[in-house]
Amino acid sequence: MSAARKEEEARRSIFTRRALVLGAVQLGALGFLGYRLNKLQVEEGERYATLAEENRISARLLAPPRGRVLDREGRVIAGSQLNWRALIVAEHARDVPAVLETFTKIVPLADHERARIERDVRRRRRFIPVTVREFLSWDEMARIEMNAPDLPGVSVDVGTTREYPEREHLAHIVGYVAPPAEADIGDDPLLELPGIRVGRAGIERFHDRTLRGRAGAIRLEVNAVGRVIRELDRREGQPGQDVGISIDAELQRAVRARCEEGTSAVVLDARTGEVLAMATQPSFDPNVFNAGVSSAQWRQWTSRRQTPLINKTTNGLYAPGSTFKMVVGLAALEARVCTPGERVSCPGYYDLGDTRFHCHARYGHGSLDMRGGLKYSCDCYFYEMAKRTGIDRIAAMANRLGLGVDLEIELPGTRKGLVPTRAWRQAQGKPWNLGDTVVHGIGQGFYQLTPLSLATMTARLATGRAVQPHLTRTVGGRPVRGTRPEDWPSLGLPERDLRLMREAMWAVVNEEGGTARTARLPGGLGQLAGKTGTTQVRRVSREQRERGFRVEAMPREWRPHALFVAFAPYDNPQYAVMVIVEHGTSGSGAAAPLGRDIMADTINRFRQGPGGARLAEARGARP
Amino acid sequence: MILREHAVYERRLLMRQHSFGVLEKLWQIPWLFVLLLCAVAAVGYVALYSAGGGVPEAYASKHALRFGFGLVLMLSLSLVDIRVIARLAWPAYAGGVALLVLVLLHGNVGKGAQRWIDVGPIQLQPSELMKIVLVLGLAAWFHRASWERMGNPLFLIPPALAVLVPVGLILKQPNLGTALITGMVGAAMFWAAGVRWWKFAILAAGVGFAAPIAYERLHDYQRARITTFLDPESDPLGAGYNIIQSKIALGSGGMWGKGFLQGTQGHLNFLPEKQTDFIFTMIAEEFGLVGALGTLGLLALVIAFAMLVALRCRHQFGRLLALGLGMNFFLYVFVNIAMVTGSIPVGGVPLPLISHGGSAMLTVMLGFGLLGSAYVHRDAEFAAARE
Repeated sequence: MSAARKEEEARRSIFTRRALVLGAVQLGALGFLGYRLNKLQVEEGERYATLAEENRISARLLAPPRGRVLDREGRVIAGSQLNWRALIVAEHARDVPAVLETFTKIVPLADHERARIERDVRRRRRFIPVTVREFLSWDEMARIEMNAPDLPGVSVDVGTTREYPEREHLAHIVGYVAPPAEADIGDDPLLELPGIRVGRAGIERFHDRTLRGRAGAIRLEVNAVGRVIRELDRREGQPGQDVGISIDAELQRAVRARCEEGTSAVVLDARTGEVLAMATQPSFDPNVFNAGVSSAQWRQWTSRRQTPLINKTTNGLYAPGSTFKMVVGLAALEARVCTPGERVSCPGYYDLGDTRFHCHARYGHGSLDMRGGLKYSCDCYFYEMAKRTGIDRIAAMANRLGLGVDLEIELPGTRKGLVPTRAWRQAQGKPWNLGDTVVHGIGQGFYQLTPLSLATMTARLATGRAVQPHLTRTVGGRPVRGTRPEDWPSLGLPERDLRLMREAMWAVVNEEGGTARTARLPGGLGQLAGKTGTTQVRRVSREQRERGFRVEAMPREWRPHALFVAFAPYDNPQYAVMVIVEHGTSGSGAAAPLGRDIMADTINRFRQGPGGARLAEARGARP
Repeated sequence: MILREHAVYERRLLMRQHSFGVLEKLWQIPWLFVLLLCAVAAVGYVALYSAGGGVPEAYASKHALRFGFGLVLMLSLSLVDIRVIARLAWPAYAGGVALLVLVLLHGNVGKGAQRWIDVGPIQLQPSELMKIVLVLGLAAWFHRASWERMGNPLFLIPPALAVLVPVGLILKQPNLGTALITGMVGAAMFWAAGVRWWKFAILAAGVGFAAPIAYERLHDYQRARITTFLDPESDPLGAGYNIIQSKIALGSGGMWGKGFLQGTQGHLNFLPEKQTDFIFTMIAEEFGLVGALGTLGLLALVIAFAMLVALRCRHQFGRLLALGLGMNFFLYVFVNIAMVTGSIPVGGVPLPLISHGGSAMLTVMLGFGLLGSAYVHRDAEFAAARE
């Protein structure tokens, strides 16, 4: 063998050895890959499978349409309105500022709107639409559509927004909706959806869950950037249910038309407690909450003395004045501290120790029984009755008649009011004096009562049943409890006592010398029974009294409030009305005629016959 | 022994007489290997069909076309006499380096690096071609090496330069992955040529010393790859996203996979670059561990064939050539799969014969053409081998 060949063999054997080493290394490396694959795919496979599912599936909620609020005739008082809006998709628009520039030439955008849009575009992913402008008019929409080629990425679509056709007429009852606050979101995932609104006040808030419905859900397959590939499955939600309320929108408008600023009125169906109308002036337009309330608007609302946002029928607190005298009378009768015929003489003042309490009749009423005391609204009579009965028994009777208790009306934020008792005063660390009791006998003092509770008192007096004022008649088309007179228990007061009260109230209006002669109903509408009240806002000093002061000379905001409660028809009570005219000076002068007009409107509205809607029929139709 | 030597001599005589007639050469072509390549390419077709969303037009058709073209190139090259190839080795190497310089000067920038030059309709990545011509050059150099020469350090300097120059040029592009693969291919050839252990030890020490300095000089994206590799969750939406999504895709494939065209990760684009670097993930997601290991097995067979040719060759040139090409292919496969399984930092290394892309396919098939030639001419006599 030649040396060359020998060397060749040696070289070959080295190569072979080393090639085999390399081969082994390669085999090992490939084996390692196999091991890695096995570990990833089999040992940890389940974990990664879950991760892949999570990647792939995106569950989205479907917003159900919000239920409507209807009045007793089925008129829509809160509904959904189509909302045409322009949207921009950054991905398609490419140059968003340039497109917005063009857009401004077609539909003007304010600078802050543009800033907001550009901010939204930056924050969201490029394929998610951003709202450019909401509530487009037909004309604006047409112009946008016409210029579509110059507006890449801009599209017009339709959403829904809440609409209140009755505008400010029913604002305090129906309430309004607004985007949910962070705190509201919690248990209901629906609230996380963009564009969703929750009830913020009134019926919208009380029945929010019912109106809102339940969210449906779809599971979507999405790709890496979140674009939807297909729908995997869908669970339909439950659309919000309609809520029917007892208000009659037509009556409501009529009542409101009669009210000036600072006036509140409540009309109840005395037999069922259904609220037929409930008006407060001033009011506001709940539609503005849709687009968001500007801070200027908000300041304007809240800085006014008469704030439009507050429903004074449920949140305004007043002393009841003489309208409270029936309560004192009933309490006295129940406590058997007097008989109806017992006479009390009124010289125009009432002395208790060193303190002299005045009657509104400067020279007195002479001798009066209970009927007379109410008819003439004699203060001395009720000073005496209160002294005899005691404050706690008066308070108990007031509570029974619906004053100072939670009436559970479906208007969140409604105030309970205050009917003082001895214990309440003592809890404040002050003694209760007999003089206090005397003053409270004519509805002055610590009383803080809402017009709604006084209307309730009137309805209870008129029917003898413990009706509670309420608004809801139907939910999802089905009637709710409490819409029939039989649903309400008796107050448990002797019919004889109640009849006396009603008769006295009839005399107030219909007899010569009654304090509310002005409140007689026009012919053919039956007879009205009522009671006036005048409550001082400022104390009248003895000096002023002696100088012969005139209320008309006072600044308006110092003048007394005027109150009037009434029910009709006298022989078959159906409606209860409560009216308060702030600083109206006198119950008989300002409140009684207004109460009469409202009662006439109510009777006319529901009178049987063609044209008029038939309350009785509507009631009969219910199961 | 004598008998065997005689038989060999007889055969060589025979071959010389026939001077490798074309027909005989065609007969000699390793058809089983060709079949194996077709199988691998078919796997690629299926995977690309799926990656294209279930239509062949997206990637798969082009892939088939390229493979067909590559196959013709490979078969033609297999028929070229290995001695001719050996003579052209250095000119080819010089051409490769020239292209690398060209790409640095006039290349198209892709993903922040200069990698491509347009050669007619295709974009060529000279760095891919470089690995093949480097193998050729080194095989030719060490073919001439006698024992004495191998012991002489001076003799090792030119081939060392031959490795370092292209590695440097590729790093300059910059393309860390390919540069490392090129360096490792070179090192493997030095090793197989018989360079002493201790010299490798010195090299390793040198690399260990240079590495921290090199890290300092790395591009930010290269450093990001290393840091995200060490902790992919540190940046789940950025650089780590690819690794995490690839692992999710692989892992969710399980044992049997989600089924053809059913891979959610791939089809919903969670998987990045699914038709190129992450094609193996696509296969593993849809066909599970079984499909993944099957594919890996086919690729391993390709490597094994190259090693068998290396062992079988009667001339050092063919041996080194086959080994170098096998090593190159192995490194492609290993780096790619290790990358998609999150075992090493992500680098733009495709899976040869399966990934979508013309340059890699072309150079790989070119390499297999050379391998084929080495196999066909495994017993060729290099008469003038040692002048």
